[in-house]
Amino acid sequence: MCLAIPARIVELNKDNAVVDAMGNSFRAKTTLLPEAKLGDLVLIHAGFAISLVDEEEAKKTWELLAQIANFEETPNKVSG
Amino acid sequence: MLYLIYLYTHILLYKKMLDRIYNAQNLIDNACKRLRRQINIMEVCGTHTVSIFRNGIKSTLPKKLKLLSGPGCPVCVTDQSYIDIVLQLADRDDCLIATYGDMVRVPGKDGSLETKRTKGNVKVVLSSVDALQLAKDNPDKIVVFIAVGFETTAPATAVVVKEAVEEKIDNFCVLSGHKLVVPAMRALLSGKNHNIDAFLCPGHVSVIIGYKAFAEIVQDFARPCVVAGFEPLQIIEGLAEICRQLAAGKAELKSVYTAVVTEQGNTAAQKMIAKYFEPADGYWRGLGKIQKSTLKLKDKFSRFDAFKRFNITETPSEDTTGCRCGEVLCGLIEPPQCQLFAETCTTQTPVGPCMVSSEGTCAAWFKYSRERKRD
Repeated sequence: MCLAIPARIVELNKDNAVVDAMGNSFRAKTTLLPEAKLGDLVLIHAGFAISLVDEEEAKKTWELLAQIANFEETPNKVSG
Repeated sequence: MLYLIYLYTHILLYKKMLDRIYNAQNLIDNACKRLRRQINIMEVCGTHTVSIFRNGIKSTLPKKLKLLSGPGCPVCVTDQSYIDIVLQLADRDDCLIATYGDMVRVPGKDGSLETKRTKGNVKVVLSSVDALQLAKDNPDKIVVFIAVGFETTAPATAVVVKEAVEEKIDNFCVLSGHKLVVPAMRALLSGKNHNIDAFLCPGHVSVIIGYKAFAEIVQDFARPCVVAGFEPLQIIEGLAEICRQLAAGKAELKSVYTAVVTEQGNTAAQKMIAKYFEPADGYWRGLGKIQKSTLKLKDKFSRFDAFKRFNITETPSEDTTGCRCGEVLCGLIEPPQCQLFAETCTTQTPVGPCMVSSEGTCAAWFKYSRERKRD
């Protein structure tokens, strides 16, 4: 089960997050990634953020780049 | 004018990407010419297998480079006895089964979770958190969480066990089918029939365990280990790096998945695994018993361990269906070599888990490969 997707943290309350992946918002936990902050791009697997995504490195990769481009086009939903 | 600038930057970007693809292909071609023998690279992870097919990568590789599918599909490597235990628990009136979607259609001796679903006590969850919530919402039932997955998924199970312990959610338990990737790689290399020259290592398992975890494979077996992500450029560059090493007679540890994989991995997640689980001997479909290759809940969490709660032991069973998933998982045969493939075993009527799972090699071949049956 290696399926994981990059998503942006748009809400964060302790370890409960709402993340946005290409316009779809859903809940995820940041229990395994205590250093995660609002606005961070993270990798989500089975409902948990498991890693920060290094945006500079990700930009060197084709599909991640396309997804990030989508983030830049999406209106900023960051709250708080 | 702005549009022209936009177009120009995109053309430059495309060119840059194409250059990288050509460079990678050149590396691969040169290695194959230099080595003058077949190169066998095992892609450990099922998601790599699917991505390789979906992106048509095989057709871009030289004939001498063979990609072997590995045991990196957690549903596929789950022994038949575990599946039958799950189905027995699904038959109980006092249980609710919470499972990830992939397990639902895996056939056991007596149907599958899908056929049991009509009873209403099988719930598909996207996260372990949902499984625990199911227990909170249904205090009169025992929720059994079918916890299958590698090190990528085990920490998520540990988090909910922690919460169950702290909040005393006694009607929740875990049937741990979690497995460890590196012991399986060692088992493959210790087997007699293998012809593995190198490993394309799983991307997201490495996020958790760090790429350092594969150092022992490089040191003890002198096989290149390269971690790659799942996009086509990642896979091609990962394969190119392996070929570069093989052509130079080297065996090194490398990661091209620099966006998310670090040497150390996710230490918070590793600590969670270490706190709630311990390695135990376990049975893998196709590989048999591998020492210290599965995760079982520590004794102090027995209350949340479904094996202990229902007094069950896993005893490996013989598969009499003619299914050859085990050999596919070790890279010994390709799916079309199985008699059942695309005949009695299809994605609609699967016989074995490799045809069911979204990461299953047989399913990938069935869906994406035109050559359905070898003569």
